[in-house]
Parts: sequence; C-alpha cells; structure tokens
Amino acid sequence: MADNQSPDLFGQTPWQTVGPFFHYGLPWKGGADLIGASDIGARPDLMPPEHYLLREPSARGPVVGQPIEIVGRVFDADGAPVPDAMIEIWQANAAGRYNSLDDRREALPLDENFTGFGRSSTGEDGAFRFRTVLPGRVPGPGNSLQAPHIAVGVFGRGLIKRLVTRLYFEDGEGHDEDPILALVPQARRATLIALKDASAPGVYRFDIHLQGEHETVFFDV
Amino acid sequence: MTDILEYNREDAGQPPSLFPAYASTPPRSPRQPLVRIPQTLTETTGPAAWEALMGPSMADLTRQHAGEPLGQRIIVSGRVLDENHRPVANTVVEIWQANAAGRYIHHRDQWDAPLDANFTGAGRVISDAEGRYRFTTIRPGAYPWKNHHNAWRPAHIHLSLMGPAFATRLVTQMYFPDDPLIEIDPIAAAVPEPQRRRMVSRFDIGATQPNWALGYLFDIVLRGREATPMEA
Repeated sequence: MADNQSPDLFGQTPWQTVGPFFHYGLPWKGGADLIGASDIGARPDLMPPEHYLLREPSARGPVVGQPIEIVGRVFDADGAPVPDAMIEIWQANAAGRYNSLDDRREALPLDENFTGFGRSSTGEDGAFRFRTVLPGRVPGPGNSLQAPHIAVGVFGRGLIKRLVTRLYFEDGEGHDEDPILALVPQARRATLIALKDASAPGVYRFDIHLQGEHETVFFDV
Repeated sequence: MTDILEYNREDAGQPPSLFPAYASTPPRSPRQPLVRIPQTLTETTGPAAWEALMGPSMADLTRQHAGEPLGQRIIVSGRVLDENHRPVANTVVEIWQANAAGRYIHHRDQWDAPLDANFTGAGRVISDAEGRYRFTTIRPGAYPWKNHHNAWRPAHIHLSLMGPAFATRLVTQMYFPDDPLIEIDPIAAAVPEPQRRRMVSRFDIGATQPNWALGYLFDIVLRGREATPMEA
C-alpha cells in the first residue's frame, strides 16, 4: 500500500485542519504581544494548569516604532463568532525590514527585539488582540512600493487549510499605489482595511468574516 | 527593486476549503474566489528565531510529568524537505495529539474516555541541518466526533510547520498504517487520492528502538521554489 515513504507519491504534504483542540499545542502566552511581556494570545483557561507546557511571557528590550493594538473578531457565515479559531500575523518592522534570512536588504535596520510574528487564539466571543508596531513600507513587484500591511493567516475547526488575508491601515500611506490592493475588486477592498478606534488612540479594528455579506477577501499566495 | 523567488503554488493534492462531508466547512469556508496575488517579500520571508519565539524543544512527550503516560510508546522521525528534495533545516515542528485512549487534555473534549495525568500531548522539535526531526510519544487513540452518526476520527498526530516563509506554512495530520478509519474519515477524505496516502506514516523496524518504542517514518514536504529568480 502506498504511503508517506512511497517515492512515486512524493510531493507537498496535504493540509489538514487544526481542529477544535489546538489551544494547548500552539498558542503560547504572550504570542500575541510582539512588543511587551503580557500573556495575550493563549487560552490556558481551556486546559488544566499543569498541562500548560508552552512558553511563559518574558521581558524583551524596547521595540522601535509606533506601538499599536489590533483588535478584531472572527465570524462565520451566519455572523456567529468563531471561538475556536487561531490567527497568525507576519509583518515588517517599523523600518520596513523583515526579521528573516530571506530579507537581505542590509541597508535597512533590523530590530533584534522584534520578530514580526504573532499568534493568537480567539476567545469565546471570537475575539483576538495583538500588540505590535506599525510596519514600514516594503517593495512590491517591479518598482512598486506596498502600503503598510500585515500578512494574516486564519486557522480553526472547519478550516481544512489556512486562509490568507492582509490587514491594511485606514490611515496608511499609499493604498492607491499598492500592487496587491490593486488586484482586489474595489467593492471588496474595505474588508482589508483596519479602522481606527475613535475612542482609543493606536487601536485598529479588523474583523474577519469567513463568509457572508461582508466576506473578507482571501488570497491565493 | 527586489528579486523574488516565488514558492510553488498548491499542488493537486491539497484539499479544498469547502468539503461538505466535513460538516463544519460549509459555514466557515469562503464563497468568493480567492484573489491570486504575486508573492512579495511579505510572502517569501518568515521568522526563524524559534527558541526566542516559542522556547526550547520538547522532543519527548512521555517525560513531561511525574510518571509515564499509559499507551504504546512510539518514536516518530523523518525529514522536512522541499519539493526539490532539499532539506529544510532549522524549522520548527509543533506537535499536539490525544492520549492513548483518544482523549485530549482540553476542557472542551468531553468524550467519556480516561484522561492521563502524565500525558499532555504537546511537543515541539527543530529540524537539523539535513532536515531531520524525531520525537517520542505514545500512539494516540481514535475518538468519536459529532460530524455524522457514528463518526470516528482515525488515530492521528497534528503537526504544524512554518518552513522558511509565510508561503510555506503547513498544518497537517499524520495517520497510522492499516487504520480502517482513514478511508471513512471526512477530514482525511478532503485530500484526493492518491495524495491522501502521503499522510500515512510507515512502520519501520529500523526506526524501532529495541525494548523501548515502535518506530514510524513520516517525511514532510513543504512548498519549494524554482532555482531562477523572477524579476517580479
């Protein structure tokens, strides 16, 4: 019987859902705090305390840039919150450089205190929250420059594979010339724009609708 | 101008988001077509500092508590490769699974099977320079779920990998050979044949440690990329 080791089957390992019970295996305390030492991101309330084995938050040096908070909720087709989803983010630092071996633009500063990666479970109300800094602009295809954005991955029960979207900022520079936004039908672009919270400076709201009237734009990357 | 080496797109063995036999997918999968975008630096970069992010490896899931967990001790090992058969080194493999009775250590898992105080089911390993990884655990049990009448998930271990880039992210499930539940499982069945068989590990006497643990081999293949950069 053919299996994982069969040479004629060699190819991409298929995606499978994270299921409903990933909370103790993936999201660590502080995974959603890219600039501080809070414990946001994990759901230790869903397991006995002696079985929380993942990382505890620890202090880090100061991160360069404008601190921001991203808050949002994940909704399904009926507008019901999704309490067992997980969100991941990946972004450049304030100078527009990725903390990655594959970003070789040595002229731009790296911030050793900033990984650019975050992970958060959703709560019972479908909510997630990240603390990070506003990303700088990074180049796109050709001579284009992308508007400040954050790559977002959505996982959960009922999601066989990751859904990929992007978060742009309501007051971000360069939306008109962003090569990725240009590929999105005008009528649907608003689903990618995080809105400033009028009552809380530095807070942006970014809801994710898996389906329905306000379905978020998801990308094939 | 930045030269971008794009990663390959999904191959024909990847499942769709909407697979109605898996009843949670209809209300949770998008109805609009995905918008295809070129890969930029955002998609071709990814974090590498695993220990700083997640903490040190936890390669033995049988030694995380005061006593030994119940169940069949196993060693899972293999390589993380790209589609060009090149090793993917220094990448994290996160692991979570049910215990030997098929129960997760999670308050929402209310199935009437015993918990094991000595087993959490969470682990983490980092691939070496040849892409090799290895962890020790116990064989998880099958368990019922509410998808349809008399639905049972085949025994499986969840594996999560980042690979070198945002584009290479993968979460999969490793199954065990000769498990009759695989072919009637809607989650496994979302993957077409023959690629579904890529998720079935192989028992290997060479990977088995005498008087200690049975060995299963499972290679994980992430999206690769062509050798020639496109000026994108």
